[in-house]
Amino acid sequence: MSVMEKEPILEVNHLKQYFPLKKESLFSPKQTVKAVDDISFKLYPGETLSIVGESGCGKSTTGRSILRLDEPTEGEVLFNGASMTSLSKKELREMRGDIQVIFQDPYASLNPRQTIRKMLQEAMTIQNVMPKKQMEARMLELMSLVGLRPEYLERYPHEFSGGQRQRIGIARALCVNPKVIICDEAVSALDVSIQAQIINLLKRMQRDLDLTFLFISHDLSVVRHISDRVIVMYLGSIVEIADKDSLFDRPSHPYTRALLSAIPSTDEQQKKTRIILKGDVPSPINPPTGCRFHTRCPFATDLCKTDVPELRALTPTHKVACHYAETLLSSPPV
Amino acid sequence: MASKATVSPNVDLAKARQHTRRERWQSFRRVMTQNKAAMAGAIIIAAYFLIMLVAPVLAPYDPFEISLEDKLTPPSADHWMGTDDKGRDILSRILYGSRLSIGVGVASVAFGAFFGIILGLIAGYYGKWVDTIVSRLLDVMLAFPGILLALAIISALGPGLVNVTIAVGVFSIPLFARIVRGSTMEVKQLEYIDAIRTLGANDFTIIVKHIFPNVLSPIIVQGSMRLATAILSAAGLSFLGLGAQPPSPEWGAMLANGRDFLFSAPYMAIFPGMMISVLVLGFNLFGDGLRDALDPKLKK
Repeated sequence: MSVMEKEPILEVNHLKQYFPLKKESLFSPKQTVKAVDDISFKLYPGETLSIVGESGCGKSTTGRSILRLDEPTEGEVLFNGASMTSLSKKELREMRGDIQVIFQDPYASLNPRQTIRKMLQEAMTIQNVMPKKQMEARMLELMSLVGLRPEYLERYPHEFSGGQRQRIGIARALCVNPKVIICDEAVSALDVSIQAQIINLLKRMQRDLDLTFLFISHDLSVVRHISDRVIVMYLGSIVEIADKDSLFDRPSHPYTRALLSAIPSTDEQQKKTRIILKGDVPSPINPPTGCRFHTRCPFATDLCKTDVPELRALTPTHKVACHYAETLLSSPPV
Repeated sequence: MASKATVSPNVDLAKARQHTRRERWQSFRRVMTQNKAAMAGAIIIAAYFLIMLVAPVLAPYDPFEISLEDKLTPPSADHWMGTDDKGRDILSRILYGSRLSIGVGVASVAFGAFFGIILGLIAGYYGKWVDTIVSRLLDVMLAFPGILLALAIISALGPGLVNVTIAVGVFSIPLFARIVRGSTMEVKQLEYIDAIRTLGANDFTIIVKHIFPNVLSPIIVQGSMRLATAILSAAGLSFLGLGAQPPSPEWGAMLANGRDFLFSAPYMAIFPGMMISVLVLGFNLFGDGLRDALDPKLKK
């Protein structure tokens, strides 16, 4: 893959995000929710890397930690080779424009007291992207770029539909000329026809503006449509990371297999057997020992209960954290 | 960027802007005018403020002029509300007194709101130990019965209208702070605050420009309700002799003065008392209406 040879634009090394829990009593042991537990990956310029997983697996937390919306407990995030995690708050503010975010809930992500004009103007002023005089033209350009009428600049968020609000969110993210955009469930709250519009808009923006996306989603069909590479997370850690085609054609981790089997199929002939996992996701306060998935894995052995599987490369573009990935791959896909 | 450099809108943006603002104001007005009680409250308040402004024009006599031969005359054509024990015209005193009573109320609420909002924003936004310290401080203030706290402050500062204003203002602080703190914590975790943080805004901008406007509605509602209480408390303190000193025509002080003549000259106490109750009623009605109009969460 040619994309792998480039220098990564964003590098996440051993990122951990633990949230302390309130103690029940003075003497009870200190407990933490291990929302993200030691994950590492690289994001290459121009690609779309998706993070999938069920709710609570830490995918949104990963995004927030990268942005330092929540200060990471441990680990390092490098942007263009420079550490973001060691920046002071002030230095961080200055480079904020390079990484932007599009949020899930279009109803909560716009300040209800600001017109769209004020919103965009403020964003551009904070990051000092251009002199005030040029902003007017830029705002009109942005509006047409995201497919909104110019007079909408004067309106307040409550006057828009969900899809339109998401477009405004995109315009706000774009107005500071970012290089990386983290889409945190950016289309999950929209209905399917609007989802398609927004995804197409994102793709067009990526092509025209040379953007890199970290696309966080639980919707596998959307992920399949938009990504170049996919990360699968389970209970705060990465279980599999691979090129899209490789992952969807040859899922190597039992969890990925189960996840993919949940995609509904419209093809009568090709009806797959759905792998139903037993039990619930274990608590991230006390994650299982060894492989975190062993409590629900149909193939788990004693080894899985004690040894944490390393994320290892099956092929140069396909890494998986399972002791038995090869054996499983050779067995017929379920 | 590929698109043309000259994207010019085919509508007048300035007009669109005006239009939106007007629409918001109109919808607010519609809700308010439909609420009859709130309108009654608004009319009462407006009348009082009018009285306050034009008191010197309306007052038939000098409110401080003592004429002992006219003392304690019941209401008549000459003295509509009668005269007090020193022969001063009660109507004139009430008209002038509106400035003191309303002034003290407004100033003390402004004082309480100012510090309360700042404390509430800081506690709610920064959370953790900052919140703990501020909240415990507020708890201590709330633990005092309001009037007692005011008494303590006045006994430390000495009696007088300015000190009454401060005392009443101080015990308004925790009320504002608690409301603001709660709303701030709620607004803080909304995604638009995260969005503006990722754009690189500093804490001051976030608090002042993005959180404050969104916690304003409950403050306005609380403020108008609080005005009623503040005026009442200030009058109460003056009644106890701790606020306005004679001969100033503050309503509470007039009420206290009339107490001694309750049987012989009830009009001395009735009129100032009535002025206070009607004003308090006005603020309460208006405050309820404001809450319905401004706080969408409480709408049915």
